[in-house]
Amino acid sequence: MATPTPTTDLPQAMIEAMTPAADWVIVLPIVFGLMGAAALLTMRRSNSTPLLVALAVVFAIIACEVTLLLRVLADGPVSMTMGKWLPPFGISLTADIFSAAFALGAAVVTAIVLVYAEIDRGDAQEADTFHAMVLLLLAGVTGAFLTGDLFNLYVWFEVMLIASFGLIVFGGRPIQLDGAVKYGFLNFLATTFFLLALGLLYGLLGTVNMADIMRVAPAANPAAMAGVAALLLLAFGMKAAAFPVNAWLPASYHTPPASVSALFAGLLTKVGAYAMLRALVAVLPGSRDLLEPVMAMIAISTLVIGPLGAIAETNLRRAVGFIVIGGIGTIMAGLSMPSLLGVAGAGLYIFHALFTMTALYMIAGLVEKRTGATDSRQMGGLYAASGSISVIFLVLVLAAAGVPPFLGFWPKLLLLEAGFSQGATGPAPGTVGVVLVIALLVNAVLTLIAGARLWGHIFWRSGPIDAAPSDAPRLLAPLTGRGRVGYAATAVLTALIVVAGLWPEPVMQGARLAAGDIVDPARYVEAVGLAGETP
Amino acid sequence: MNTIIFRTIAPLIVATMLVFSVYVCLRGHNEPGGGFIGGLIGAAAIGVFGMASGVATVRQALRVDPMAIAGFGVFLAGFTGVLSLFTASPFMTSIWLYLPIGETTIPLSTPLFFDIGVYCVVFGTISAIALALESDREEEL
Repeated sequence: MATPTPTTDLPQAMIEAMTPAADWVIVLPIVFGLMGAAALLTMRRSNSTPLLVALAVVFAIIACEVTLLLRVLADGPVSMTMGKWLPPFGISLTADIFSAAFALGAAVVTAIVLVYAEIDRGDAQEADTFHAMVLLLLAGVTGAFLTGDLFNLYVWFEVMLIASFGLIVFGGRPIQLDGAVKYGFLNFLATTFFLLALGLLYGLLGTVNMADIMRVAPAANPAAMAGVAALLLLAFGMKAAAFPVNAWLPASYHTPPASVSALFAGLLTKVGAYAMLRALVAVLPGSRDLLEPVMAMIAISTLVIGPLGAIAETNLRRAVGFIVIGGIGTIMAGLSMPSLLGVAGAGLYIFHALFTMTALYMIAGLVEKRTGATDSRQMGGLYAASGSISVIFLVLVLAAAGVPPFLGFWPKLLLLEAGFSQGATGPAPGTVGVVLVIALLVNAVLTLIAGARLWGHIFWRSGPIDAAPSDAPRLLAPLTGRGRVGYAATAVLTALIVVAGLWPEPVMQGARLAAGDIVDPARYVEAVGLAGETP
Repeated sequence: MNTIIFRTIAPLIVATMLVFSVYVCLRGHNEPGGGFIGGLIGAAAIGVFGMASGVATVRQALRVDPMAIAGFGVFLAGFTGVLSLFTASPFMTSIWLYLPIGETTIPLSTPLFFDIGVYCVVFGTISAIALALESDREEEL
């Protein structure tokens, strides 16, 4: 039966060229994560070593992402559009240096936290879904970092929300349900705002492909686009826990086991910050310029209020949560100064926070295990019991505050430089850049005060707050078996942070290169395959 | 809910719904239907069965843990996407196989198996939730 071929002159919709198998490194990390989670879920009753399976999957993901990062560093952004549809019809996954590096960082952190999580697990291994949920979370985070399509980003946010909701109620203590309700409701609200913004954006531009938006957005109504960008700022700000929509983070992150909070602190808020960097600075720069005063205000208040909350807090993990919020302020400061240096600083800070904030929660979990308390008033005397834990804690506090030579210093250096240069040459000379610089320095000092106060209470004081000074130091039970595994995982992660801090040249260089692709996305658009066409 | 009328009719309803759910899933490629709605109909059948005969009976009749069905669904859907690796095309490109049987041709394709995967995910997840809500005591999910 011969069908007459239609001779109408339709534009081409399918990709004709062959796709080399090497391009698959961009999609395989997500596929491995999803399928690994599915396999663990299916076999959870018969599988006695879920940790080994999960670690194998994560290492496969790391291998793919190292290949991807090397390739992006060498040849520029990589893109693949699903199902042979031409962009912008198909869903594009696009990786530039920032997305590939963050995805790699997320996978490394996940591998370490998977080992650390043994500390919270009983010897009688029950059939549970912990490892499947962690892999699902990693798949969602990786997808969010690597996607080149705003609607697809929404899908990955939902995947993360499902997985994190499963993880936060893990164990089912009443306080966790309380935290889960706050966390779940506010994050659900944030994704709803995101969806509203996407609907408006699609109505205005007729596309959700990021590279395509970059081409057609300048021609759209600037007022309407500013509305969309403001909705996106609200949605991602809630996800990232920026002031004034930060209340859910300290209310929920201390409720699950320490390993779960470590994973959340490292991955989830950073995805919100990355989405802001991608959507506002790279995709909608025109609308971002309109919102700049708002973003600077958010940055300044988040920078100051985060560590102030940490100073006022006595619950150890809640205090660390406020330090995480202060870090989000640092990223927002970079996004308010979208010069090459500002974007490089923001991106490098996200990379640093992936590791440092996770490590802070991990060491907080160890402290809680040693002292058997969650409130820093009930702790004390840990320095006598374990010198190494106190050193690691201090190193991480210094790294979070941005004291040289630790990793946190370098992104702040870039941001200070950006602030001063904007103060000198920017469109609105002076004020904004200088105020941001002052806020960054105040943030560093306040974080240092909060960290030193915690350190003094937990380690230096000879005992709990009600103990008399003459009391003999408390004898704390040493870590055993699984506890030592958790301790080793924390030490490895801290060592990574120290080495990266002492030898910052590769990451600094990488951040500058990556920022170049964000500030001038020509190579990004070209990689997707949309360059050269007029909209 | 445990009236004799309901308990007598329930197996009939459940069987009809399960068959219909498969039908809806398979016709979904070119007509209204598909894996998602099919899975919902199937899970609704499991919910009705649970109301009529109790959760324990349903779990026994299912033989497999509903969450395992959901996991298998994700795995199947992902696997159909990976298959296009071998045709030098991007992830999730459809592959078609026209199977001539007698006088007709049966088109088999990776989207079909993807849809079956979706069916399993929705069926497994919603069934697990329905059974958890219907069970009286706190049992293992």
